[in-house]
Amino acid sequence: MRVRLRFSKLGKIRFTSHRDVARMFERAFRRTGLPVAYSGGFAPRPKVSFGLALPTGAESVAEYLDVELSRHVDPAALPGSLSPALPVGVDVTAAAAVDGRAPSLQQEVTSCVWVVELPELGEAAVASLAGETLAARTLAATRERKGKPVTDDLRPAIISLTADGTTLTFELATQPRGVRPTEVLGVVRPDIEIGAVRRINQWIERDGARCDPMEVDPAATDAPERNEHVRAGSPTGGDLDAPVDPDGGLRLTQPRAQAAAG
Amino acid sequence: MSASASLWPRIEPLLAKVQKPARYIGCEDGSQTPVHGPGKVAWLLVYPDAYEVGLPNQGLQILYEILNERDDAVAERAYAPWLDLEELMRARGVPLFSVDTHRAASDFDVIGFGLAAELVFTNLLNCLDLAGIPIHAERRDETHPIVVGGGHCTFNPEPLADFVDAFVIGDGEEAVGELTARVREWKTSGRTPGSRHNLLRELSHVDGVYVPSMYEVAYDGPDLVAVTPRYADVPEVVEKRTIADLGEWPYPKSQLVPLTEVVHDRLNVEVFRGCTRGCRFCQAGMITRPVRERPAEQVRTMVAEGLRRTGYDEVALTSLSSADFSGIDNLIGDIIDAPENCGQVSVSLPSLRVDAFGVGVASEIQKVRRTGLTFAPEGGTWRLRQVINKLIREEDLYGAVDAAFSQGWRRVKLYFLTGLPTELDEDTLGIAELARNCVAIGKQHNKSASVTASVGGFVPKPHTPFQWFGQNSVEELYRKIGLLRDATRHDRGVQLKWHDPKASLAEGLASRGDRRIGAVIEEVWRRGGTFQEWSEKFDLALWHDAMAAHGLDVEWYVNRHRHEDEVLPWDHVRAGLHKDFLWQDWQDALAEHGIPDCRWTPCYDCGVCTGYGIEHVVASSTPPAGGSQGTGQDLSTGGAVPVTLLPVGGRA
Repeated sequence: MRVRLRFSKLGKIRFTSHRDVARMFERAFRRTGLPVAYSGGFAPRPKVSFGLALPTGAESVAEYLDVELSRHVDPAALPGSLSPALPVGVDVTAAAAVDGRAPSLQQEVTSCVWVVELPELGEAAVASLAGETLAARTLAATRERKGKPVTDDLRPAIISLTADGTTLTFELATQPRGVRPTEVLGVVRPDIEIGAVRRINQWIERDGARCDPMEVDPAATDAPERNEHVRAGSPTGGDLDAPVDPDGGLRLTQPRAQAAAG
Repeated sequence: MSASASLWPRIEPLLAKVQKPARYIGCEDGSQTPVHGPGKVAWLLVYPDAYEVGLPNQGLQILYEILNERDDAVAERAYAPWLDLEELMRARGVPLFSVDTHRAASDFDVIGFGLAAELVFTNLLNCLDLAGIPIHAERRDETHPIVVGGGHCTFNPEPLADFVDAFVIGDGEEAVGELTARVREWKTSGRTPGSRHNLLRELSHVDGVYVPSMYEVAYDGPDLVAVTPRYADVPEVVEKRTIADLGEWPYPKSQLVPLTEVVHDRLNVEVFRGCTRGCRFCQAGMITRPVRERPAEQVRTMVAEGLRRTGYDEVALTSLSSADFSGIDNLIGDIIDAPENCGQVSVSLPSLRVDAFGVGVASEIQKVRRTGLTFAPEGGTWRLRQVINKLIREEDLYGAVDAAFSQGWRRVKLYFLTGLPTELDEDTLGIAELARNCVAIGKQHNKSASVTASVGGFVPKPHTPFQWFGQNSVEELYRKIGLLRDATRHDRGVQLKWHDPKASLAEGLASRGDRRIGAVIEEVWRRGGTFQEWSEKFDLALWHDAMAAHGLDVEWYVNRHRHEDEVLPWDHVRAGLHKDFLWQDWQDALAEHGIPDCRWTPCYDCGVCTGYGIEHVVASSTPPAGGSQGTGQDLSTGGAVPVTLLPVGGRA
């Protein structure tokens, strides 16, 4: 069975890297005796797949990973058993069974909501920074990729941006690539000192509705076999409660405004 | 001293600007956040190199636990901040800090440096300076912590004598408690003016503790004449500390599990301390005698509990030659086959001897995953291996390599030294020959078999038979490596790797230097020469310039052969080995005579067991496969003196 976990990364531990977090989970799985499935071959690896990498130094209350288990385990027990086996600051906050054939988190997640503190700027400056960013028609960022400079426009990735006091809340698209709030600020105001950065949501846009990655498939939580069955006969997925967009397109406006407020 | 606040609020903003900030946050599983108090001596244990090198150091982890278990002490850890953070710390006035509670180094009573490699000496100065503590011991007063050094490098403490208040020579497990008791008295009596000198004099009375300021050094021109105590109550000679029974010290009990990448990131269980194989180049083997095995049952318990607690999927059984542990085959099999390990825990054996590595061990190890295999023949020909007393026959090596390739390994690493005493070009080229033959053996099992030959430049070390040997010049080492490069250029399957021999010069100065080398270390540090262990930071010109600036001759210190009657800078520090035993062993080396392993053959009286009244502690008087030193000598007479047999079943 495949289990999806949501976890937070808060405090000093935010200075560890994405790969460090992967190692912490591998050790925690072994410490708690979770029956993780292993790949075959010369160097068997546990079948764990992480979502979008969190930049080193950023906090998050919305990190996700999928882990393949070799036998059935009650997901409800996992937050309580795994959190004590993880370092202080990393806590598993939710667990649910998911469809074993669902696309990876990396493929599914469409946007992330970020909160960025700018303690050295005044409230007015932060508000005008937000306005300035949204008013820009293009935000060209150059980064190094495989040793070569690549320039792309970050503006289309900004789904929403609001200012509240000295805090900015961004919703940024993750496709075709995950844009980070520090990248956007680096283009608009490269000189400012950026304070705490925290990811508060990752959203999956499915059938026009926006869902938390944990809510993918309520039917899967208790009975993965049944879910497999439902999925097999239903191209729209077994997510029976979710509103279905008849056009199969993306509904962009409504839910995002709510996210920015959260 | 002061009721100190954590420096974390000042450190945190800097971490967003540096590489690998996880080096500085602490929070490892097994880390402690001790409560300081007026009746407790606060130790800061510092590994003066980058976190990823320092964290796994078992010596510091052992002392960290032992001190924190005491009622009268607390201990925290610090590592050398990398260059990017150091620059920010200096710019913003943030001092060296502990990673456990982020407290300033100067708030501790004792700063203890773990000195496992000579090239970190300049970092020791840098750490003191970053802590705001005068680098010179004589400039410190009652407001400053006591600076202590421990680890293998302290067997020649003289190059650091100007900077360190007291050295602990040998095993630190017991000595740290004795130091704590004396420092606590000093602390509770209010560190009154003038009391620092009295404390240091007091510390010089502790067995195994060397306080350099209590000794006078006399020279005659360039020659060292004597190092003598200034006071009658200070010992003329400092003898190393040795814990007689490793079974009484099952540490670390809670090995630190780092949150970020470090070297040796696995569970480490020390299976024995000391080694009497008698390799003449090996300082560790000479200074840690006798062999003290941990009871096998205790090893099993430490492995099982350690794996359960840490979640590691690899355990290293550590020692200077782990294949020599009595019953090693059973131990490895038991760990790998233990049901709770689900076939996922691999065992690695650093320092694997080829004469003890057979198909049995190979097939056990490969059940889980094939960890890297490194064999260390050290010398390219049998003649040279007799000189260095690494008595491995070519057949032993080929047998081990065949076992590895037959069990599915595709690559094997061989480790060699070059620049050894009496080494001729044919010995050097023997390295290429051995590697080539090993590849041919591998090809019988696998077409893509390859061998990595890794070559290091030899640096003679104190308290070894080679302490009198004149080290090869950097140019000569380059020439030898060049020979090997040419010889292996067209060998597909042989990969030659070498350590840049430049640093061997600095290592040689720091290894066998006298007190005058302190000024050179200081000069190199003042000119920015930190992190000299790191090839990208090592600067040979700095060392040459610093030697010249102080009128000292590199050739005299490093490259000349020393005389039998010469006073050596470390003669007043003893590892228990008789100097005439070492000299005889040096003569035997030149005569190409090997010497057996005394744990399985009669005692040849090197001086350690007889002098200290201690003995080998081994569970079996029978050597592992390959016999003593692979020479096939009759061992039926061996084992009588002074080998102590552990009771069968051992103690847990």
